Amino acid sequence: MKYLKILFNGILKENPTFVLLLGMCPTLGTTSSAINGMSMGLATMAVLIFSNFIISCIKSLVPDMVRIPSYIVVIASLVTALQMFMQAFTPEVYKTLGLFIPLIVVNCIILGRAEAFAAKNGPVESIFDGIGIGLGFTIALTLLGGIRELLGTGKLFGATLYPENYGMLLFVLAPGAFIALGYLIAVVKKVAKI
Amino acid sequence: MKKLESTLPNMLVVLTLISVVAAGALAYVNEITSGPIEENKARTLAEGINSVLGVADAQVLETTEAEDSNGNPVVIYATNQGVAVQAIDPNGFGGKLSVLVGFSDEGAIKGYTVLEHAETPGLGAKASTWFQQGEKGDIIGKKPGEKELVVSKDGGDVDAITASTITSRAFLRAVNTAFQAYAGASAPDAQSGATAQQYPKSAPEEAAETTADAAAAPEGETQN
Repeated sequence: MKYLKILFNGILKENPTFVLLLGMCPTLGTTSSAINGMSMGLATMAVLIFSNFIISCIKSLVPDMVRIPSYIVVIASLVTALQMFMQAFTPEVYKTLGLFIPLIVVNCIILGRAEAFAAKNGPVESIFDGIGIGLGFTIALTLLGGIRELLGTGKLFGATLYPENYGMLLFVLAPGAFIALGYLIAVVKKVAKI
Repeated sequence: MKKLESTLPNMLVVLTLISVVAAGALAYVNEITSGPIEENKARTLAEGINSVLGVADAQVLETTEAEDSNGNPVVIYATNQGVAVQAIDPNGFGGKLSVLVGFSDEGAIKGYTVLEHAETPGLGAKASTWFQQGEKGDIIGKKPGEKELVVSKDGGDVDAITASTITSRAFLRAVNTAFQAYAGASAPDAQSGATAQQYPKSAPEEAAETTADAAAAPEGETQN
């Protein structure tokens, strides 16, 4: 029960994109299509789960004054490992996301959860927090990517729904990301009453 | 368990330990992934060469590495089924753009593929399909030796990718570079007559410049 609560906390109540408004750079940068948003969300989730777990395990060994550098080293190593694994075993995904993978290091969701959750809670709770926040991030990015892809190119997950010529190119470009995200946050807040 | 005090020795020891463990873990990951990464690269290249030449089983006979006039590496793969050239333009919208282009014996483009890029997904990243046969910016069959490939905005006859002119320019520059390297490399095969004068059998980059000037005659004067 406790774990479920932590899980749903990350998906809805503390959704990193809609509520905490953290990690805006990859959110706006990678969501030009639903599949890109989803891959980015899943990659971030993988790093988040491991970083939360490791940081929660080593939290009492790390003196307060060097905790940020220690966490950054842990997170950067995880991201580099993830990058190498993706390059080796999922080269197709790596090809589309390559540029954004190293940027996960500076995604403030990860350091934010390390500080706000993993450094104060046990390893198992931290894993669930990582899954919850990661899922929340993935859902948000997939939604945003889907909306932008649909409005901008007439496709959804690569399947054409209406001819590309009628698409609003603006939504694939950077301004469209801001507009779509703004409306999406408004709708989510209204519907979920958060 | 109580937290460690923030004393200097404590901090030094902890940070050093964490760094050492992280470095060890990364070295291990590198060890197990470097093999598959190399294999992926080799497979991508083999598939790329086949697809740009439009054949199924091209065998690379000779690989020549050279430099273009700006000092970027150019790799020429001479196969039993034609020649494919890998060229780079460093000034794409997202940085380096690497293409592989296949040429027919007449110097026409048989096919191309984008090997590596960091262009915007949904915009510049379309380069991998935009210039294919039957698409809006079709460059297949064109001969860069007769007329350098330039986007229509700059007076050429290739339609640039919508909202991605910078990517399109970089892409076409890379294709032109590839052709120049191809023309330079194929020179020794055609040693006699006008061809030899047009493509002197010197270093590829010199040949490349000569070819470009031959296409745009007036500038040829300043060269000499």
